[in-house]
Amino acid sequence: MTYDLDGLSKELLLDMYYKMMLIRRFEEKVVEMYRAGEIPGIAHGYIGEEGVAVGVCSALRRDDYILSTHRGHGHSLAKGIDPKHLMAELYGKKTGVCKGIGGSMHSTEPEVGVIFSSAIVGGNIPIAVGVALAFKMRREDRVVVSFFGDGATNTGAFHEALNLASVWKLPIVFVCENNFYAISMHVSKSTSAKEIVDRAVSYNMPGVVVDGNDVIAVYNAAAAAVNRARKGEGPTLIEARTYRWLDHGMYYLGKYRPEDEVVMWKQKCPIRTLRDRLLIKGIATEVELNSLDEKVVHEVDEAIRFARESAEPDLDFVKQFVYVR
Amino acid sequence: MPVRELTYAEALREALREEMLRDDRVFLMGEDIGVIGGVFKVTQGLYEEFGQERVRDTPISETAIVGAAIGAAIAGMKPVAEIMYMDFLMCAGDQVINHLPKIRYMSGGKLKVPAVIRTQYGLYRYAAAQHSQFYPAFLMNIPGMYVEVPSTPYDAKGLLKSAIRDENPDIFIECAALYRVRGPVPDEDYVIPLGQADVKREGRDVTVFALSYMVHVALSAAQKLGNEGISTEVIDPRTLNPFDKKTLVESVKKTGRLVIIEPDHKTAGVGAEVAAIVAEEAYDYLKAPIVRLAADDIPPPFAPKAYNAFLPNEEKLISSIKKLIKHSK
Repeated sequence: MTYDLDGLSKELLLDMYYKMMLIRRFEEKVVEMYRAGEIPGIAHGYIGEEGVAVGVCSALRRDDYILSTHRGHGHSLAKGIDPKHLMAELYGKKTGVCKGIGGSMHSTEPEVGVIFSSAIVGGNIPIAVGVALAFKMRREDRVVVSFFGDGATNTGAFHEALNLASVWKLPIVFVCENNFYAISMHVSKSTSAKEIVDRAVSYNMPGVVVDGNDVIAVYNAAAAAVNRARKGEGPTLIEARTYRWLDHGMYYLGKYRPEDEVVMWKQKCPIRTLRDRLLIKGIATEVELNSLDEKVVHEVDEAIRFARESAEPDLDFVKQFVYVR
Repeated sequence: MPVRELTYAEALREALREEMLRDDRVFLMGEDIGVIGGVFKVTQGLYEEFGQERVRDTPISETAIVGAAIGAAIAGMKPVAEIMYMDFLMCAGDQVINHLPKIRYMSGGKLKVPAVIRTQYGLYRYAAAQHSQFYPAFLMNIPGMYVEVPSTPYDAKGLLKSAIRDENPDIFIECAALYRVRGPVPDEDYVIPLGQADVKREGRDVTVFALSYMVHVALSAAQKLGNEGISTEVIDPRTLNPFDKKTLVESVKKTGRLVIIEPDHKTAGVGAEVAAIVAEEAYDYLKAPIVRLAADDIPPPFAPKAYNAFLPNEEKLISSIKKLIKHSK
């Protein structure tokens, strides 16, 4: 393993550490509060995959847009959504990022570049292409990132969208978070291509495989793809290999993954990996990192308090957001 | 000076052109709409005038077309996407149903989706069951998007301009059998507010609620019935969402009779909703049962004789109205 930190600034590295830790603690709290019955509905945890969201979003400008999925808390936090507003959304409160109308699977905060999360697998990908088209038509140098999982690469939407983005040479980066399972189905059973990244060849765009648990590697791959897109050179497909520690959602769905596989991936924790590197390289001290850990715990507690104390929307309130009148 | 006449297709083209000149956020995309001006020639000449950036030929990728229209719309553009046949709209079903009408709402009102999806249904084209479908009731049943069904050149232009200017998503359903129909279209700029039905003909004895192409059938029938002393009012809803209940209910209260004629299927069709509205809001005024004339509940057949019989027509409408008047309370 290399400990080269690629000349990235301490500020950026600590920010990436902080954001990954924020996602981790946020998600642990979501599990706890879901089980306690405080969070209603459906939720999907991002624990274990933090390196992908944080690595990619750290390579973006604030005015670049991301589109996310049902497993989107990590993307939202990595792009800069206030954890209070995200947690309030999960609680179904008026102060939530979508006023309690979206819930766990939907997040929109254009101010920080989170434009939309679709809870239909593959659904955001063609929409992301349209956002990139708008940027290109207006000659803006902004970039779009579409996040999706391995399962989405078997939807028609993925294929139509990658084709169109390539034909029109749009400023977009497709980030496949390959966590190897579409709910229970292993990627080797679901996917005819030998590697997901091979699909980039069909669409005449660069395909890059990256260790999704190495936030620095993700950052570097994303930065290159974003730079390419910003220069008008077209889309890239990044396959970031990672693993979800939790089940698909909040419930145990049965045994479909070998125990030792889960254990192996937990040993490759993206947060611990970065922490060890920062310490070994002398880039940060235990004290500095511990203080970030404490800051995160405090922020998540604050998010829970905020969510609990916020008001719930009623039917009349939600009705006003269906149409522009 | 006589009022200028245009075909339905020309009126649509004029609406697109004027809105493109008026607002540079407006652009078009769809299959074969550019170089050849569309298979129905609605966009003819626009590619030459506005160029390939604003009149974009797309691959045969309905999901990507509607999805990209949604994406461009939430990012501040005003796309008008064309889906060549209404049958193909459901190739993009996920984008049409799960995304287009949901995004503004699910974002807590933070986003707007000012996209127009233009499509057409191919009445009397004898093109079998995958190129002849018209299922407006399904779209009317999904809250969050507007649905327009213009029947005349005048309405086509005014409604399309409104749909483009409005900041909600629209499914704009044209009828291929109307593209060459001519009608008066004024020179000056005008729009038709969404959600206003049009009384296409006033009458006292019976209300005919006619949908899209059937407006012309109803008007022709009304003319003939008038010669026999039956005064027929013809209501054209023009938009299904928003739906103008008031004009419908007021008309039925006046005439006491309602006949619905629609080129979509009868079961759970638009007419079913119309009948339910009248039963809820004007029951006491009815002098006779509501009559629905609709397409049979079978997929559209190819063979012309069977196809013609599958649709309602003027003859069926006239005999239904005569029977209704005879058997009224």
